[in-house]
Amino acid sequence: MATSELPATMPTDARTHRTAWQVFTRMARRQPLGVAGGFIVLLMIFMAVFADFIAPHDPTAMNYSAFAVAPGAEYWLGTDPLGRDVFSRIVYGARTALFVGFVSAIIGGGAGLVLGVGSAYFGGMIDLIFQRVMDIFMSFPLIIMALAMVAIFGTGTDKVIVAITIPFVPRCARVVRSSALAVREMPYVDAARSIGYSHSRIILRHMVPNVMAPFLIMITAFVGQAILLEASLSYLGLGVQEPTPAWGLMLQGGAELYAESAPWIAVFPGLAITLAVFGFNLFGDAVRDTLDPRLRSQ
Amino acid sequence: MSSGLKTFAASVAVTAALALGLSGAMAAETPKKGGVLKFVVPDEPPSFDGHRETTFALIHPIAPFYSLLTKVNPENSSDPTDIICDLCTEMPKATDGGKTFTFKLRQGVTFEDGSPLDAKDVKATFHKIIFPGEGVSSARKAYFVMVDSVEAPDASTVVFKLKYPSSAFIPALAMPFNFIYDDAKLAQDMHWYEKNVLGSGPFQKFERQAGAFIKGTANPNYYEKGKPYLDGIEAIFAKKESLRVQAIRGDRAAIEFRGFPPQSRDDLVKALGKDITVQESDWNCVLLITPNHRKKPFDDVRVRRALTLAVDRWGGSEYLSKIAIVKTVGGIAFPKHPLAATKAELEQLAGYWPDLAKSREEAKKLLKEAGIPDGFKFTLNNRAVDQPYKIVGTWLIDQWKQIGLVVDQQVQPTGPFYDTLRKKQDFDVSIDFNCQSIVNPLLDVSKFISADLSDSQYGGYIDRDVDKLFNAMNETDDTAAQRKMMREMEKIILDEKALGFITMWWYRIIPHRSYVKGWNVSPSHYLNQDLANVWLDQ
Repeated sequence: MATSELPATMPTDARTHRTAWQVFTRMARRQPLGVAGGFIVLLMIFMAVFADFIAPHDPTAMNYSAFAVAPGAEYWLGTDPLGRDVFSRIVYGARTALFVGFVSAIIGGGAGLVLGVGSAYFGGMIDLIFQRVMDIFMSFPLIIMALAMVAIFGTGTDKVIVAITIPFVPRCARVVRSSALAVREMPYVDAARSIGYSHSRIILRHMVPNVMAPFLIMITAFVGQAILLEASLSYLGLGVQEPTPAWGLMLQGGAELYAESAPWIAVFPGLAITLAVFGFNLFGDAVRDTLDPRLRSQ
Repeated sequence: MSSGLKTFAASVAVTAALALGLSGAMAAETPKKGGVLKFVVPDEPPSFDGHRETTFALIHPIAPFYSLLTKVNPENSSDPTDIICDLCTEMPKATDGGKTFTFKLRQGVTFEDGSPLDAKDVKATFHKIIFPGEGVSSARKAYFVMVDSVEAPDASTVVFKLKYPSSAFIPALAMPFNFIYDDAKLAQDMHWYEKNVLGSGPFQKFERQAGAFIKGTANPNYYEKGKPYLDGIEAIFAKKESLRVQAIRGDRAAIEFRGFPPQSRDDLVKALGKDITVQESDWNCVLLITPNHRKKPFDDVRVRRALTLAVDRWGGSEYLSKIAIVKTVGGIAFPKHPLAATKAELEQLAGYWPDLAKSREEAKKLLKEAGIPDGFKFTLNNRAVDQPYKIVGTWLIDQWKQIGLVVDQQVQPTGPFYDTLRKKQDFDVSIDFNCQSIVNPLLDVSKFISADLSDSQYGGYIDRDVDKLFNAMNETDDTAAQRKMMREMEKIILDEKALGFITMWWYRIIPHRSYVKGWNVSPSHYLNQDLANVWLDQ
């Protein structure tokens, strides 16, 4: 039959054989800003991973004879008041920013995911109490909550991660819970319950995978927020401490003092923070648009 | 004054006059009356009791409300050994073999509430400072260890009797924190002055808005006739340095009395030209490194010596003086004082050797002998204040990196920072400081005596050799002998036992509006702050 010669599976094959470049150009057409954001994120990750090879100078080494030197051939983005290369500190600063950003977002988001789904699954008094606790946490602005945490735990990279992670938990839990409430009513959850699966199995195997879309959207947004929070805390002298290269720290103290005579000390790290947060926000929006079926259909 | 001190005084005064170009100019101008002096202060006073507190945050806004028994000459404040009477009428000569000092007081002086100020007030004040009762805190009690008794035989006479003759007594008496209080108020409540201000100084009508300002108006009954020249003062609190610089630049304030870093000076001079006058001075403040002797491996003298040997003080001075308020390389005594080490003497001490490479090689050798591996990590405890703490702390970390040590910095606000030093005592190595008012090295070095004798020695060591030398220095008037003992003490502390280390001495830079007259910089940000002589040329 003539019809039997038609390649019935051709469309599927064409999709599976789409090259990476084709996927990229298709995405670039549909989500140009998202691709730009993704490019910035990738650039940051590249800088963070290969900082040892990219940075031309040791980011903590002081050069007595290069005090607040303007951008030039030897120091591309100039030096700070302690004679340290600004470019190298920005490159290594990406490592600090991403480390704090990803660790805070993943741990805070992960904890929020489990608590949010658990709260929705059990419902009743557990959900009520849990949500009121979340309300208390969420009544504080993010930066105030982080400042309070720093006051309790102290300064330093590890403590900053804790300070940023904790305020993320209720925010993620609240969003995830609202999705999980719908999932809880699905027949497959009832089926799992009826055949006697344990609560943890139902939560982790059947509910969590089905709320991953809002979770991933939250995570990408959290990374950008965490970078901004880390920079804010470091700027206030409450975050990462010298001599660790960190963007917010580079804006502090000397940068203010030298704002007129050596503006590059503040401008470039400020630009790095802006770009990074902008990149993660664009990327996060694109992830949301891709994963959210309502937005995807539009 | 001994000949050594006279030479010191003359050299300091001449240097200051030449450096500042102020000679003649000050004397030629006739003070104008009127106006309110607005000045910025980086911090607020923890309480209003000068006897309890140790900070400039109290002195700058509160000292103008009080009188002292004696004070540093405000017209020659660059020489802190030039001590003159404030409430007394004449500086006394010691009698009884140097053990008795009898002060005669001015007549007709009153407190702001109209009650007379007489000898019993002075006696009550110094009793509170020297012999504080149970539950009363006196920060400078240790400075008066030589005092046996304070008596007021009549309303205008105060007699101090010493246990032994001591050249440290008169400088201790002139400390700017020794506000004279009303004995009736003290009898009523020894803590009354912590929350109230009632003095007999050039300014009165204390007004405070927490977090914003402290104001005062001229005291019309002030005992120095014609003074104060100002109608009033206003201390404006601003924690951020950039804000304080901008306040002066925008003429919202005329001066900040603590000190700005060189860059702020340069920016203000560039922006305001002749409208800014800069006064500079060596500063009786030093930044120290304190290893915790209670903790391994810092209980090992080899490790401590390695820490000091790694530090390039001579190069660091040249470099850091461009960006921070530190400059002078020195030992344990205020540089240029007759009791201070010369450069040649310093160069004999560990950490001051002219050959840095040799010094660092020795440091590495000592670490190896002590079993400290390359890349050994420890934490430097530091205070969350940029100038000069965090800058010098970051520089030190770079210095220690040169001998293979990896150092993290733990930066804490003032309260927790002190808590770590005094209560927790769990730090590895800490930044520490020794800031004094009157230059008086004999007592200023009490910072280094054993922990069971000094409340401000945070390293936790006990060293009776140091204690013996400290006591012996204070019980003789022979400057040569004092100097010899100071060198021995310095050698033990900084080199042989490496008990604690000096980084650099501070350098005071005061750029102020040129219309502020009658205020002269001194080697301490605590001195010359009653503002009675200040006037505005507007």
